[in-house]
Order: sequence, then C-alpha cells, then structure tokens
Amino acid sequence: MSAAIPRRAAFDCIVVGGGHNGLTCAAYLARAGRRVLVLEALERLGGAATTREFAPGFRVSAGAHLLHQMPARLIDELQLERHGLRWAAEAMPTAALSTEMAPLLMRGDTIEGPVSSADATAFREFKAQMGRFAAVLNPMLDSMPPRLGTDRWRDRLNLLGVGWRIRRLGRRDMRELLRIAGMNAYDLLTEHFSSALLQGTLGLDAVLGSNFGPRAPGTVMTLLYRMAAEHGAGARGLALPAGGLGAVSDALAAAAREAGAEIRLAAPVARVSVENDRISGVVLESGEMIRASSVISSADPKRSLLGLLGAEHLDTSFVRRVHHLRTRGLAAKLHLALDARPQFTNLPVAAHGARLLIAPSLDYIERAFNHSKYGEFSKAPALEVTLPTASDLSLASAGQHVLSAIVHYAPYELRGGWPQHSQAFTTAIIDTLEQYAPGLHSLVRASEVLAPPDIEREFRINGGHWHHADLALDQFFAVRPVPGATQHRTPMEGFFLCGAGCHPGGGVMGIAGRNAARQVIAAGAHA
Amino acid sequence: MGERDKPDVLIVGAGHNGLVAACYLARAGLKVQVLERNPYVGGAAVSRKLYGDFTYSNCSYVCSLLRPEIMRALELPRHGLQIIPYDGGCTMMRDGGHLALYDNHDALRREIARHSKRDAEAYDRYARDVIRQCKFIKPLLMREPPDPTSFKPRDIRELLYLGGHFQRLGEQRMYDTLRFWTMSAADFLDEYFESEIVKAHMAGSAIIGTALGPRSPGTAYVLLHHYMGDIDDTVGAWGFARGGMGAVTRALAASLQASGGTIRTSAVVERILVRNGRSVGVALADGEEIDAKLVLSNMDVKRTFLDTVDAKELPTDFLRQVRNFKIRGSSGKLNIALDGLPSFPAIPVGSPSTRGDMHVTDTIEMMERAYDDWKEGTWSRAPYIDMLIPSQIDPTMAPDGKHYMSVFVQYCPYQLASGPWDAAKRKAFGDTVIDTIGQHSPDFKSLILHAEVRTPFDIENEVGLTEGNIFQGELTFDQLLFNRPIPGYSQYRTPLKGLYLCGSSTHPGGGVMGAPGANAARAVLRDLGREAA
Repeated sequence: MSAAIPRRAAFDCIVVGGGHNGLTCAAYLARAGRRVLVLEALERLGGAATTREFAPGFRVSAGAHLLHQMPARLIDELQLERHGLRWAAEAMPTAALSTEMAPLLMRGDTIEGPVSSADATAFREFKAQMGRFAAVLNPMLDSMPPRLGTDRWRDRLNLLGVGWRIRRLGRRDMRELLRIAGMNAYDLLTEHFSSALLQGTLGLDAVLGSNFGPRAPGTVMTLLYRMAAEHGAGARGLALPAGGLGAVSDALAAAAREAGAEIRLAAPVARVSVENDRISGVVLESGEMIRASSVISSADPKRSLLGLLGAEHLDTSFVRRVHHLRTRGLAAKLHLALDARPQFTNLPVAAHGARLLIAPSLDYIERAFNHSKYGEFSKAPALEVTLPTASDLSLASAGQHVLSAIVHYAPYELRGGWPQHSQAFTTAIIDTLEQYAPGLHSLVRASEVLAPPDIEREFRINGGHWHHADLALDQFFAVRPVPGATQHRTPMEGFFLCGAGCHPGGGVMGIAGRNAARQVIAAGAHA
Repeated sequence: MGERDKPDVLIVGAGHNGLVAACYLARAGLKVQVLERNPYVGGAAVSRKLYGDFTYSNCSYVCSLLRPEIMRALELPRHGLQIIPYDGGCTMMRDGGHLALYDNHDALRREIARHSKRDAEAYDRYARDVIRQCKFIKPLLMREPPDPTSFKPRDIRELLYLGGHFQRLGEQRMYDTLRFWTMSAADFLDEYFESEIVKAHMAGSAIIGTALGPRSPGTAYVLLHHYMGDIDDTVGAWGFARGGMGAVTRALAASLQASGGTIRTSAVVERILVRNGRSVGVALADGEEIDAKLVLSNMDVKRTFLDTVDAKELPTDFLRQVRNFKIRGSSGKLNIALDGLPSFPAIPVGSPSTRGDMHVTDTIEMMERAYDDWKEGTWSRAPYIDMLIPSQIDPTMAPDGKHYMSVFVQYCPYQLASGPWDAAKRKAFGDTVIDTIGQHSPDFKSLILHAEVRTPFDIENEVGLTEGNIFQGELTFDQLLFNRPIPGYSQYRTPLKGLYLCGSSTHPGGGVMGAPGANAARAVLRDLGREAA
C-alpha cells in the first residue's frame, strides 16, 4: 500500500485543524519522529481553547474558560510548562450562589455554608465514593474503547480490563456503580442530599455541556465522566491558565513545533484526496494539494466524514449513522466587560476567584431545560461563571473586570431565529446574574453572547457543540462517534479522527488527540 | 385450619404474577395458598361490573405481553382464556387529519406514505430493527438475571450466557443494541421517520406507565418493552382478553385450583412473620396467623418491605435501597360506559382503525409538554391517551348497542403540587381527559352514561400498587436486569430466608407478562431442590 504514496511527499501526517486536540496529536506524532503538518483554517490557533479580545481592552477565553480535564501526565509529557504555560489559579473552589442564603463553598470533599451536618457528611461520603468510581473509570477515558464482537485479543483484553477494574471496587461499590451508571442525576442527588442548593450545584456539573436536564437518565454518567476526567487532572483541579485558555494552545503549538511539526495558518482544507482507495493527502481551498500518507482530522465527525472525505467514499448505512449523530449544542457563552469588580451578595471578595454556579435547585435546571426542548432559550438560565480577572490581571486594564459564563440552555435552532432574539437572551442572562450580583447591570460596558450557531461559525464546529457530538450513553465509549469510526479510524485507510467527537470527548482534555496519535503510529507500524 | 392443611407456600396477592407463581408451585406438588386482600382475585388484571351490565377492565386493559410459554404450560386456553387480536389503531390530529395503522402491510405502507413517502420506506426498516431487538431480549425474559458481583458458578454461567447471547449478534448489531438500550424514543424514531404524526404515534409505547418523556434517554427500551408481546406468533401484536382482563386471572385461578391450590379472598395480610431471619408465615389483619414454610410476595418491593415486614428484621442498607427504589405514579385511567359508539370525524367511516388503540397526541412535543406538567406536579393539560373500545370486538363487555371505552392517561401524578387528591380534583382530572376526547368526537360527551376516574392515588388504594405504578417500579436502567429491584437481590430472593418476591418489581418488570411469577417459582423450586413441572 505504502508504495502508492510517492516518495516526494514532504509529510507523513497532516493534521487538519489547530485546536487543542489537533495540536496535541501533532505534538505526539512529531515526537514519535513523524513529519507533521498542521493546517489551520483561521489566522489563529487553538480552536475553542483560545483567548481573544471581545471588547476594546478586554480579553477572555472565548470558548472553554477553565482547564480541569487535561491529564497532568499530558501536561508533563509535552512539557507545556516549559513551553510557557503558567497558572493564574489552581485548585479553584466552587461557590454555589443563592438569592436566599449565603453561598456554599466547596473545596475537595469539604463544604462550608448553610447546609445541615447530615448533608455535609453525605457530601463527604458522596465525594469519596464518586472519587473511587472516578479513579476506576479514568483509565477508560485514557484508553481506546474496544471494538465489540471482534476476535482481536486486544479488544477482548481491553473489555475484560474494564470489567476487572470495576470488579476490583468490591461488591458494594460495584453494585452501586452498576446501578447508578445509567441513572439520572436528579434521583441520585435527591437520594443523597436534602439541600436544594447543593443538589442543584452538583446537578449542574452533571449536565454542563450535555443536552439534557438533570431528570434525564444518563446524566449520572456525564457526572462520572466529568469526575473521571478531573481525576486525571490531579491536584491542579479547576485551573485558569495565565492569559486564558489560549495559553494552553500556545504551549501545545510550541511543543509541537519544537518536536518538528510545521504549522500553517489560514490554510483551510477543502477536502482530503483519495487515490487507490486510500488517503493521499489534502487539497486546500486554494487548490493546493499536499501529500501525506495519513490525514488526521480534528474537525467534528460530520465535517470530517461527510465534508472532507465525502459520502461518495462511504457505505450508505455508515453515512446514515453519521447523519444521525446528534451534534447540536445546547450551551451558550456569555462575556461581559465590566467597569469595576461586581459584588455578589454574601460572597466575600476572596472567593471571587472561585467557580461560581447559579443553579439553586434541580428543578431550576430542569425548568431551564424545558424551554430548550421547544426551541426557546432558558428564561432563567443555569450558569457556570468565572471572573478570570480576579486571578489574572492581564485580561483587562486595572480595575476593570471580565465575566465569563457558560449558559444552559440555548438551542441551536431557536424559534423565530437567533438574530431576532439574541438581545433578549443577553438580557435574560444579565437579569439572572443581577439577582445574584445586584448592580451588575450598571457595570456592563460591553457584552457578547455566543449561541450555538455563533460557536459553530467562530470555532468551525458543526452544530456548535463543545463536545462536537452530544455526550450521551448512545454516543459514548465504544459507539463514539459512530460505529465504524471508533478507535480514531475511519472506513478510509489513512484517514483518522482526533477531535472531541471521538472518545472520550471534548472539554480541553487532549486525550482524543493523544490517543489518535498512538493509533496513527500503530497503523503505520503495521503498514 | 388443621395442621394437616398447613400450606407449604403462601402467596401474598392474587395478581397475575402471584397466580402464575402459585400455579407453577402447585403443579410441582406443593400445597399452595394465595391470599388476596380484595374480595375478588386479579390485582390489576380484573374485569369489574361497576355500572349496569358493563364490564370494565378497569386497570390493565389490553393483553399481549403474557408469555406464550406460560399460557401453554398452565393451559390457560383450556381454563377459558381467549385472546382476540385487534388490528389497527390510529392517531387523530388536531387539524382534522389522521394516521391509521393497519395489520395489512400494503395498506399500512399506503397510509404512512400519505404522510411521508420516505417514512413508508423507512417503516420496514424500523419494524425489522425493532423485531430484531425484541428477539434479542425475549430469551432474557424468562431467565434469572445474573449477579455480576458473584463468583457462584450459576451466576458466572448466566453472565457468560448473556455475553455469548450478545456476542452472537455480530459487531454491527451489538452497537445497534447498545444504542437502542440507551437512547430516547424521540432520537430513535428520528433515525427512521420525518413525519411528526408517524413519530408521535410510534412514541406512545415509550411513555406508557413511565415517568419519563419521549426525549428522555432510556425510553426506546420502554417502547420495546411494549413491543415484546406475541399473539399467535405475531411480534408486537396486541389483543383483548375476551371478557376483559379479569379473564386472564380467572383462567389462572382455575388452573391453580385444578392443580390443588387454594385462594382466599378478603384476606388482608398485615405482617409477614419472621423468626430468626426466616419468614414463617403471615398475620392477617383480623389477627389470624397462618404458618407456612415459604412466603412469596406479589406486592411490590416497597409495600413488601416497608409496610409488611418489621424493619428490624432487615439490614439497614437493604431498607435504604428499598426506599430509593423508584415507583412513580404517572398514569391515570378512565373507564367509560357509552350509550352508543361515538363518532370520530377524522377517521373515515368503516376504517378498522377505531377498533384498535386510538390516540390524539399528534406531535412528540405535545407528549413532552404533557410530561413537563407531570414534573410540576399537575396532570397533563393535554394528556397522552390510549383509548380503546373493546366492546366493538368483544360483545360481552357491554349491553347490546352500548359500548365500553377504556382510556389510559399519561401523565397524572400521584402527589399533586396543589395538595392531596380529593373528589373535586379527581373530577377535574376526568374532565380534562373527557374534554380532550371530546375535541375529536362531537357526540362523545353526550353518550357518557358512567365514567370511573382513577388517579394513581386511587389505584394505589384499591390495587395496592405503590403510587399506582403499573410496572411496580420504573423501567429505567438503574432498575432493570440485575438492578431490579435491588442490586444483589435480583433473583427473586430477599434478605429473609423463605421470603421471595414474585411481582413486577422483579425482572423483567410489568405489563401482564407473567414472567416474574414464573421465574420466582423456578427460583423457589431450585432452592427446594426440585425442578419445575
């Protein structure tokens, strides 16, 4: 097969897309001695892990706004700190805001604030048990999900390994894990806690980035997923890179370049080229053809498989699967440029560097979700808020502040259209915030809301979903993104996927990119 | 009762599962007595004369999931059970249109094509895939789910069986199965159909009896659960029991009596007696105590352990899990005596589709909004209804020229946000349903002679099902297979020696299937070192 690729190809591997997964993949490939070219469509790197100015003098992490899932091991292996990654905040606590009482401040397994001692104990036990589960599940995120029904020993061993790790939890924990794995967060959290605020706060973690409300079965899985990923991040916990999330991408790019990868900006790929039923390289929108024996796409699965490769190279049933992949985002992003530091009721200034959650109860989140089912934005949205300028002065001028929030829920397709209703949505979010931070309105100098269609446009993600494809049980693990394109491979030889649409998903984890590189290397070894 | 008459086995509750278990045990030569608190047998599979000469199947109302192997083994046809399949069904639309479902494949395709040509093509693919999933699950219904934490040879053997059964599907279908078990009905249907009315009609099965909306993951499985019936080997077919659902339990009672078992009605079991960690009999409300070697409870897991067994006899961890078991009231029921056959202008005259299940929910969104109401603690303002007029096919259900209509209603909460149920609220709930039907049938209201309105609260009080839940427990992942009802106790046994569960709280759940009863009997016989007859 490799004979089909002319010797003159300057690259072994082309990575399409300079997001964090593309850069991670490129870095690992280059470190393994591959000649790597990264092609980024935009003038900047980073994809949805980027820092940009959204109002004169105000900069913000425009996509993801916290780093909490990237494995500590990956950061060490690629020596990102040597490549310039610094921390403005690490091990950030979480504060659950309430209009009625003082906030709950959570740090590790301790909780301070207005909860009963029974809830505080339950919280400690819950964290401990979920921590044990997270430790067991973390290797599942890190490794390649097995293909089912194959005779390959590697897949079988992998499956057995998963079973064995769960079994090693001991009978009691194993039973509980098997019970709750498919459960809904609403039920699990009401089993454990009586405080509505505590339930709501943990419930928001279960649905952040997913397309469900807390009553949907499967939301415990998304909570476990989040905790398993955070387990890999280690003691750094919730962190703010100095200079925003763009700093992560910059460090990844530096690591890739140092290892020998070449990166070209403003080089949008029109399609991959196929010769003799095999990838032969890519064709840029400019018409330029670049040859390589492997192409690894960090774009979302639909764009990769139906756009770059094209349905004509694929089976009908496979194409149908790709079409049915649910890729529409339900989370929006809000950025506020503030003239002064906002005052949150009952929240000491020292806690401004915490992750602030607005989800006063599970029913509050569920009601917010209800709207999205009918093509409406949440009138009273649930929010994950950060005030990055509380820890990082480089993002705005002295005394000025930036507020960044993930907003649930905002449907991709809004009844009546986003252009007409975007302002009303912004107002609804700021009104919600105002209840927790009276006076906020008057501080707002500029605001920006990125609804899923804006995220789609800005970050070139079909559907504007930060995980590229919805994280749900039927799009997870061994069936992610779709059967036939798991393990980073596609039906087209030489064409690989490395984006968030692959297992284990997005969230600035980098694992998809790292695993894809391993797979490309393994495939090359067999060729 | 003399010492010689002391039963080997007492069964608490003469619902269909209690009777099925009783039949199998009596046939194996055990002396079996069934205790029923109501003055009639049947639990939620009953035919009641509550108004004139009308017969109401006033809880469960159609039949298909009853396992054919049970029908055969217990000779139910010989004991009088006759299932009449019905063909057709329809959904009437708010704009006056309709979708009819026919048994005849060509007619069905033409009908679906009227709404979408693409959907007519997709229907065959849909039916094939659903039947494939049913075929996968069916062999699991009559087996004990293995305990995945156990190293007992039997559990390991069953786990290997499960694994092998799954493996035999082949790679692609394994993925399909994995996805099917975890998807929402709405997403699943979106993969086949584009027409709202087609999707809405199909999605009905996914929410019946379930405290979830069609967009909730896991509802594709519930849809399947309702497709698992076979009448005369037609997968997914539904029928009426001639004489109402009571005919099922009457036949079971007759079969039991023919094998020497006995049934005592109006015998209210107040306590299951426990001595040294072993159940030794029951105490009735009137003070009588009945000893027995074994006790099987057809009651749901909450009623059994929270109301009938002394808490101090049970491990605290087990009790906590019983409390956490989800049994949610989400369905109501109306039984209506009609002075004549109501007209449905949307349906062409002479169409067989009114002889089957009729619906008025024409979009998934309507269903989802109906669910939203339930979440907020009110009955659905525009409920999903599954209505049938069995007297069209079975004339024994109503006097000549008159008709009995069964209306199943989703969603109706057990506990209202506005406070406890009372007569006025029950009437308001009934009126909501009647008005909903009235929007599609101008003469319907004027034909009503009598209407029995049953809220989940009523069903709990009369039938004994906690929260009036028709499945004795939600059919969600956390409560299926080895998780049902409680992890570690999925094999019909309980922490108390000699006490077994045989109701729908156990695998594989409700739907007048009889499988829990049959499986429980098998577990009992194995523990006694006997094989099933």
